[in-house]
Amino acid sequence: MKRIQLRNVYVQSSAAVVGPNEKQGPLHGNFDKEYDDFYCEEKTFEKAEQRLLKDAYQYLVNKSNYEISEGDIAVGGDLVNQLTSSHYFAKTLPCTFLGVYAACATSSLAIGMASLLVDRDMVSHALAFTSSHTAVAERQFRFPNEYGIQKKETTTTTVTGAGMILLGNHKTKIKVSEFIPGRIVDWNHKDANDMGLAMAPAAFDTLDTYLKQTNQTLEDFDLIITGDLSSVGLSFFKELLQTEGHTHMERISDCGLRIYDIDQQDVFCGGSGCACSMCVSIADLFKRIEDGQYRRVMVLATGALLSPVAVQQKNSIPCIAHGIVYERSE
Amino acid sequence: MNQTEIKHISKKHAPKQHYIKNEMIAFLSGGTLAAIAQLIMMVIQSYFKFDKQMATAITIVIVILITVILTGLGVYDKLAQHCGAGLFIPISGFANSLASCAIEGKSEGPIYGIGSNMFKLAGSVLTYGIASAFIFGLIRYVLFGG
Repeated sequence: MKRIQLRNVYVQSSAAVVGPNEKQGPLHGNFDKEYDDFYCEEKTFEKAEQRLLKDAYQYLVNKSNYEISEGDIAVGGDLVNQLTSSHYFAKTLPCTFLGVYAACATSSLAIGMASLLVDRDMVSHALAFTSSHTAVAERQFRFPNEYGIQKKETTTTTVTGAGMILLGNHKTKIKVSEFIPGRIVDWNHKDANDMGLAMAPAAFDTLDTYLKQTNQTLEDFDLIITGDLSSVGLSFFKELLQTEGHTHMERISDCGLRIYDIDQQDVFCGGSGCACSMCVSIADLFKRIEDGQYRRVMVLATGALLSPVAVQQKNSIPCIAHGIVYERSE
Repeated sequence: MNQTEIKHISKKHAPKQHYIKNEMIAFLSGGTLAAIAQLIMMVIQSYFKFDKQMATAITIVIVILITVILTGLGVYDKLAQHCGAGLFIPISGFANSLASCAIEGKSEGPIYGIGSNMFKLAGSVLTYGIASAFIFGLIRYVLFGG
């Protein structure tokens, strides 16, 4: 497996804008903007998702005092067919745009690709972003939002939000030190309502291979946080690691369980979507790294690369997990 | 780790399905819905002096109307999450599938949105309903002469 070490990439600025479910969650107050309504003052849910991206960009520009120029590059993606949200947002940018897709692992993929371009001095600044919207994702991957079907307990709730990170060479407290692209893992799982279970082996494959290749253990990290395995997938993931002899499971967590309180909120077994890991990274992890609470963190974004047509044709669901390692630089 | 081992470990982590609990709730909620409908029908029959066939038709229309209003208000899907088959099997489930698809298609306009999406989920019920009605009607005609 390829491990890409980065020497000179820092998080310059970041912004996250979310919807009502996230506002009611434990990270309330840490986001730049929180909408009370799924429409986010727009007419359709699709436009609402684009609005989240545009808002996040405004906050990012205001915070960093840096406006993206023609020589920069933007890398981003979302869950909508043809990356609609990303493309409609990116048309407002003056720079080159690369659209990427790895389902909910898009966040790490976008950050990894953008970091690589900055690290190899191809651009001075790169923007990485992802977005997802629960109503848009439900409509595309499952059923109409108002359809009264009993959902399984293993279902996850797509995060409504958009996150954006500006990467550059200027030294800050948060360093992007490694990009660990994963392999596609397909263990013949066919239940599209149980994504946590489906993705856990992919997360295990990326992490286990990386730790063995680099002679590291879980203790070398303050936190390894998966993207959206949910409560079901996380316990499966931990057992897979334990079976391979890994210890210190208390260092493993999941973004989908941080953005929502699954005991208090009506969100089934956790959050998902490519905004999940992105928004948790920005609203929670980055702040803790800056505070010095964490020194080395791996965000292992997990993606179920399912297509509704392929699943209806009785195909299994290929999954992938990409890792990004953040370090606190003094 | 091979696929068999992964499958074996995964089985331990799949949450238990509450079949008995779900069946009981479906039985009770479906039964309650039927009782309410029966009550409405009796009221129509006794107060408005309609015959049984007419009262049945009006009752069905009322159940459909209530379902569509609840779907529009965003309440029906939450009720259905708890009631399951209790609301899915009766005519309310069919009405909800049409209404939810219509609402979803609204943003794409009346033709490509509402019109073509409305029967997206209910389409299978109609297709096989009509097909089986034709086949059984044919059998009845051949065997019993209409």
